[in-house]
Amino acid sequence: MAAIEILDLEKSYRVGFWRQRPKLALRPLRLTIEQGEVFGFLGPNGAGKTTTLKLLMGLVFPTAGTARILGMGLDDPRVKSQIGFLPEQPYFYDHLSARELLNYYGRLSGLSAKACSARVEQLLGRVGLSDSAGLQLRKFSKGMLQRVGLAQAILHDPKLVFLDEPMSGLDPMGRREVRDLIQQLRSEGKTVFFSTHILSDAEALCDRVGIIHQGELRGVGAVAELTSQTKGKVEVIFVAPAVPAGLANLGADARVSGDMVNAVLPEEQQEAALELLRRERLKLISLTPVRNSLEEYYVQKLRPAENRKGASA
Amino acid sequence: MTSTRRVNMVAGAVLLLSMAGGVVALNTIDQMHHRAAMQDALYLRSSRVLRRLSLGYTGLLADIYWTRTVQYFGEQHHSRSGDFRLLAPLLQITTELDPRLLPAYQFGATFLSPPPPNGPGLPQSALSLMQFGIEHNPDQWRLYYNLGFLYYTEFKDYPRAADAFARGAKLPVTSPYMPILAARMAQHAGELDTARMLWFTTYQSTKEASVREIAAQHLLALQIDEEVTRLEQAIEKYRQSGRSPASMADLERAGLVHGIPADPTGHPYKLMPDGRIEVQNPENFRFITKGLPKSAARTQSPQSPESASK
Amino acid sequence: MNSRIASIAFNTFREAVRDRVLYNLIAFALLISVAAILVGEISIDIERLVVVNLGLTAVSLFGVVIAIFIGIGLVSKEIDKRTLYTVLSRPVRRWEFVVGKFFGLTGTLVVNTFFMALGVFLALLYVAHKFEKADVWLLAALYFIVLQFLIVCALSLFFSSFSTPLMSAVFTFALFVIGNLAEDLRGFARMTPGVGGGLATIMAYVVPNFSALNVISQVAHGDAVPARLLLYNTIYAALYSAMAISGAVLLFQRRNLK
Repeated sequence: MAAIEILDLEKSYRVGFWRQRPKLALRPLRLTIEQGEVFGFLGPNGAGKTTTLKLLMGLVFPTAGTARILGMGLDDPRVKSQIGFLPEQPYFYDHLSARELLNYYGRLSGLSAKACSARVEQLLGRVGLSDSAGLQLRKFSKGMLQRVGLAQAILHDPKLVFLDEPMSGLDPMGRREVRDLIQQLRSEGKTVFFSTHILSDAEALCDRVGIIHQGELRGVGAVAELTSQTKGKVEVIFVAPAVPAGLANLGADARVSGDMVNAVLPEEQQEAALELLRRERLKLISLTPVRNSLEEYYVQKLRPAENRKGASA
Repeated sequence: MTSTRRVNMVAGAVLLLSMAGGVVALNTIDQMHHRAAMQDALYLRSSRVLRRLSLGYTGLLADIYWTRTVQYFGEQHHSRSGDFRLLAPLLQITTELDPRLLPAYQFGATFLSPPPPNGPGLPQSALSLMQFGIEHNPDQWRLYYNLGFLYYTEFKDYPRAADAFARGAKLPVTSPYMPILAARMAQHAGELDTARMLWFTTYQSTKEASVREIAAQHLLALQIDEEVTRLEQAIEKYRQSGRSPASMADLERAGLVHGIPADPTGHPYKLMPDGRIEVQNPENFRFITKGLPKSAARTQSPQSPESASK
Repeated sequence: MNSRIASIAFNTFREAVRDRVLYNLIAFALLISVAAILVGEISIDIERLVVVNLGLTAVSLFGVVIAIFIGIGLVSKEIDKRTLYTVLSRPVRRWEFVVGKFFGLTGTLVVNTFFMALGVFLALLYVAHKFEKADVWLLAALYFIVLQFLIVCALSLFFSSFSTPLMSAVFTFALFVIGNLAEDLRGFARMTPGVGGGLATIMAYVVPNFSALNVISQVAHGDAVPARLLLYNTIYAALYSAMAISGAVLLFQRRNLK
């Protein structure tokens, strides 16, 4: 059974006061997410990522199409006990402390009082908020709020976790922690669906990604496949005061950076380049094949339809 | 059925049922409580306090109290309870909140004086109300008319009645009857015709259906009183021959009456064994003072000053 | 289901308390104390009357203001601030949310009223130096005031489920004012013929009947409150609140959250 099945889910709004024109926030979306996978939903701001998540959460209602989570319809109350949600820039009840909020949410998720408080303490430790657990949420920093958000999303040990821009507003340390958490969730066998516009995170974490732009799903692919191909080029980094002559003959694209040179040249010229360096007694720092990056796939998918070449993935 | 639809159906059902039930409950409460609500009127003595409480919306509050007054009177009248003790306070509050609410004065003039069971029997309150009204609306002829009327019918104070009619007659906008009434009052107070003229003027000039009905009843009563008086005079004349008439036929044969005398509704007058005249259905005529059975002697103010009962 | 509603209700109550709503009690306490002392000084024989009238009217008005003030934000604030997102992603039905909020708000008001009532009774004791048998009817008047709060809470929740906080406040307050004149509206409807009367009649039924729930001047004069009135007012308040709440539920079921 698939974790999430989205079947032609569509959302349009009526905009304007007098003559209401429909604005299509989400064109018919068809997507299937398998259990246990980490799926990244990529796209620029306003692409429809948050709309999709809100539709799946039952916060807004589709104008057409349906979706199923773990085989159950969206308005089946049993769904909610299997999913956790972290919205973008979450707000919580200011007047509560972290512990009180999590206890409240735990009770709403159906945990018994005893089980709930035990689990809350455990999670506070896991997200590193044990010390601030009694502090009122209105005094929390953004990073701390994000951690509370993650805690409440996994409080009831759901099978699926939905995260909307989980890294936004976090410092590098915070982002690292979130990445670790997602890795952990994955190793626990959970399905993670998260939206982001930071490609490096997606590349590092996801099994598959989907690119969405202007309400339309532009492409879906496995990260491993998309980045496995090399472009037939290698990147050589070596110590040199300037670009050596002869390198240009090899068809290299080089630049100086500090006391190093960074040159990209065709794979076939790899041996010739190494030869050149040995002759000039230049110190080699690194030699790596240039892979396709997710960024290129992303940018390609974002281009308007006429300009897009047939995609390889 | 999906959970959402189930919830919608339950909520919809609750909505409709509670609306229906609410209407029923409301009606029940309505009957119980709104008499109680008007008891407030008994407790509000000071108009200054009331004005302050109304936060400047005195006009609206006056209208509300006027509505309550009319409703109250209608209900008390309909239920034949004979209890009108809230009428004077309600009218007082109404006029103090809005001294220019003219219908209130009209209402008070007509309905405050009649004694129980038809009214609270407070002619003095009616008088004060008219005076208050005149103070605040000196150019309204009808108030002077009401004042004169009250002096005439309730207090038998003919000079004051004449004065009221005269003052009213001097207004730029007035009824053509006013100078006539002033003159008649001065000269011929106490005559049936004057009374008849007063009630006829009221009947013609008022817009309130209830007041008009009262005026019609009074005119009817005047006619009956007149006819009964004449019949009694006829009986006296008959007795001068030494005998008492046994029936109306005797009187007719003596030429003292024409045909069988009947009241304006067509029922013949009864000649009682003790020589008195009675109407067939005294309960139909609220204001008659003659022709009543012995037990039901009415103690209200007489319409014609010549009648003996007082 | 019940524990979820209870959790939401308790959280609503907790929020009201922590948002310092109950500080209004201090203002009330001051008002009633000052009034009681002044009354003792300047008037004779009507101390009880003034304290009861003033005290109960203040309880009623303060409570209505709080009910509106908190009630209008109950749903719309949560939608605005998006605190609802993480709540509704849990196994909480939308209708449970509305009902829970209702109970939380009314619970807050009941607690508030309890303390205010205490204040009124203390003030009464101070000016009259003893309680009379008729004072027990004050409890009936207070009970009716609580019923009134039930209806106002339900109404402000209803409006909050589909309109902005400002409009909700305006509508609820307007209905409160008109509701106090409900009996006059019905009297007016009875006296007016034709379409006007028909419209007025409909309005008279739609508008909540607060005038029947106001027995303040009666108990101030020591009159008893009939048992039947107690029963029927309870039924009416329950039904009217149920109507407003089910309306709120129906509206909220299909609301797209921004």
